[in-house]
Amino acid sequence: MATLDLNHVSQEYFDVLKEIGNIGAGNATTALAQLLGQKVDMKVPQVRLLDFQEVGAIMGGEEQIMAGIYLLVEGDIDGSIMFLLQEEAAHILVNQLMGVGSGGKTEGGFDEMELSALKEIGNIITGAYLNSLSMLTNMKIYPSIPDLSIDMAGAILSVPAIEFGELGDKMLLIQTQFTDDKEIDGFFILVPDLESYDKIMGSLGIG
Amino acid sequence: MSEIIKVGMADLKVCKAPDALTTLGLGSCVGIAIRDAAKGIGGLAHIMLPDSTAIKDNTNIPKFADTGIDELVRQLVAMGAGRTRLEAKIAGGAQMFAFSGKSTSANVGERNAEAVKKKLGELRIPILAEDTGKNFGRTVVYYPANGNFLIRAVGRDEYVI
Repeated sequence: MATLDLNHVSQEYFDVLKEIGNIGAGNATTALAQLLGQKVDMKVPQVRLLDFQEVGAIMGGEEQIMAGIYLLVEGDIDGSIMFLLQEEAAHILVNQLMGVGSGGKTEGGFDEMELSALKEIGNIITGAYLNSLSMLTNMKIYPSIPDLSIDMAGAILSVPAIEFGELGDKMLLIQTQFTDDKEIDGFFILVPDLESYDKIMGSLGIG
Repeated sequence: MSEIIKVGMADLKVCKAPDALTTLGLGSCVGIAIRDAAKGIGGLAHIMLPDSTAIKDNTNIPKFADTGIDELVRQLVAMGAGRTRLEAKIAGGAQMFAFSGKSTSANVGERNAEAVKKKLGELRIPILAEDTGKNFGRTVVYYPANGNFLIRAVGRDEYVI
């Protein structure tokens, strides 16, 4: 069985990872539209394999305050998934979910109610993403209860970066742009463990 | 003019006072600041994982506590620092999420901090101050001129250790 080396990833592997990213982000957009009860458009997601040093810059710098929702994944594959939003985007989504629309605040901290709304948004988006991965690969994937951290991008990203760090010096980032009134950038990071990468590729007849 | 030199993730740099070193948004990673006060030569490493020997692909030296600190010391000495005069301060090693994954990510912040302390102990480099653990990210700035290690976190006043 092929063993994934993220420092020398083949075009074929990359295309598959990209397609999983596309479908997953598409489903996540549908789920978000249902949750918010309004139409949400999505641009074609960008899937990139980045050096650790580059990831923070894409999100607006290592000190950009982000909301990160992190879940562990078990079942036929093991690993974790993270969904990240910039602080302002997180406020916009929370305001919409809570029905305060553009009247709500767009910066600063989140109260208990808002944090719980944010967790729910993260839960639904990552759930939709994992569902499409599960259907595509025909594997059972069970997510844990999500946990949320609002902190500097670099600090939140250190968690998946360390997991990728065992595989190489790059990490796989899926950037999705949701649009309704405002453009909202969401970032997915899926980190299956080494064995699970092989399983995903194997289930798709590759590797 | 003094300069603040940026150290990335899995990276290390050395400099001479009055220049300073910074690394942004340390989470579970650990920042290790070492200097020779007499010479005003200092360095900063941003390590991600505790042990290079546990990983097959371990060629990225600054990524690991053991090899990263060895390399930082080597570069400091090459720049003229006295090996026996070195002193350290450390920060980071947070647990960013309440639960932690299996194997790798389980308490990796804590394991990183422990590995750093063990390595510094083996090299007989005293740790003058530390701010590790807890659940928040840290940006650090290190001034080899006076040994100040400035720490910034979201929603907190900045402080110096």
